[in-house]
Amino acid sequence: MASMRDIKRRKSSIQSTQQITKAMKLVSTVKLQKAKNRAEQTNPYFNYMYQTVTSMLAKSGTVNHPYLNRNESPRKAVIVITSNRGLAGGYNSNVVKLVAASEELPSRDVQIYAIGGKGRDALERRGYEIKVDDSEIIESPAYEDASALCRQVLEDYTSGEIGEIYLAYTHFKNTVSHEPKLMKLLPIEFDEEEIKDAAESNVLMNYEPNEEEALDMIIPKYLTSLFYGALVEAVASENGARMQAMDSATSNAEEMISDLTLKYNRARQGSITQELTEIIAGASAIS
Amino acid sequence: MADETRIFSVEIITPDRVFYTGEATMIEFNTAAGELGVYRRHIPLTTVLAPGIVKIHKDGEEDVLAAVHSGFAEILPEKVIILAEIAEWPNEIDRNRAQAARKRAEERLANKTEAVDVKRAELALRKALVRIDVTK
Repeated sequence: MASMRDIKRRKSSIQSTQQITKAMKLVSTVKLQKAKNRAEQTNPYFNYMYQTVTSMLAKSGTVNHPYLNRNESPRKAVIVITSNRGLAGGYNSNVVKLVAASEELPSRDVQIYAIGGKGRDALERRGYEIKVDDSEIIESPAYEDASALCRQVLEDYTSGEIGEIYLAYTHFKNTVSHEPKLMKLLPIEFDEEEIKDAAESNVLMNYEPNEEEALDMIIPKYLTSLFYGALVEAVASENGARMQAMDSATSNAEEMISDLTLKYNRARQGSITQELTEIIAGASAIS
Repeated sequence: MADETRIFSVEIITPDRVFYTGEATMIEFNTAAGELGVYRRHIPLTTVLAPGIVKIHKDGEEDVLAAVHSGFAEILPEKVIILAEIAEWPNEIDRNRAQAARKRAEERLANKTEAVDVKRAELALRKALVRIDVTK
């Protein structure tokens, strides 16, 4: 049995770890609240954007636009949104695993646009090429960051360097459930049925200056809104994941402490009993 | 009592918030093809916005003004939705900063060199002018 002093030392070390995890949980709870509000505020913009783009494409299905057709390049760009900090449970590794496990994305054909240092490092270790590293924008995502990223990706797309664009991030369902997601952005593929619905339900829309120019300008905005939405959701998910991880760490520490307290008391009692036996044995030896 | 048959709903939405929702009898804004005024029962139209002031007219109330910098508008017979990347109320704008931005942009345009991105400077100038305009 471990000595009383050892148990005591171990207990106090776990206690101080528990204090840290407790504090981290509180911090991420507050951050989660903020990030969640933000994610909710971006929703209406994105929904309208999605509606508009679907209904536009429903009517302009025949338009020959570079954003709608695949170009020749076999290279694929993947924008991977993770965090810069760890201690968030499986948050980062889930996204990385999703990218690595995807059959459409063999590592030799893929270039990564990394947002978040954890994901960047993990993918680099697995042999992916990191084309761009914009990790600092996850700290406080702004719409301009998303639009700068979008410009760069689209430039690479129109210049023929890449043929497909994917986005990997963690979707924020609610406070306790977050789901890593991999979606294809360009060339745009919409659900056939949704397009059909949109085509039937909508009034005949006119475009100014004309359809193609409107597409030209709206699709980048649509992508930017996707990026921005993904960034904001990723931040919310990160804090949610960290909150959960820290919560379970705190309760695990609690469990260990109560276990050690029991052991400590037993050891204490054992040592008292032993001392008593020794004294009694000594006394009876003398008499 | 406002005339029901003239009223339509207006929504201005930016990535960060729902900027404005309400009713109007007319709305004016700047598009890439020029200024546009919309009444109820306008033909369905999707148009690209240019930096400018959005003016929302209401019956018996003061007009509502806002600066909108880029985005597009979807006009339906009974509803106008403006999806703007940036939208600001006049009281959110720092006039001095806008003046400074205007000066900077004008200087950059005045002595054009290879390094000056003319398009960007022009855009900055237009944004600054809209901001100054709307706070007047």
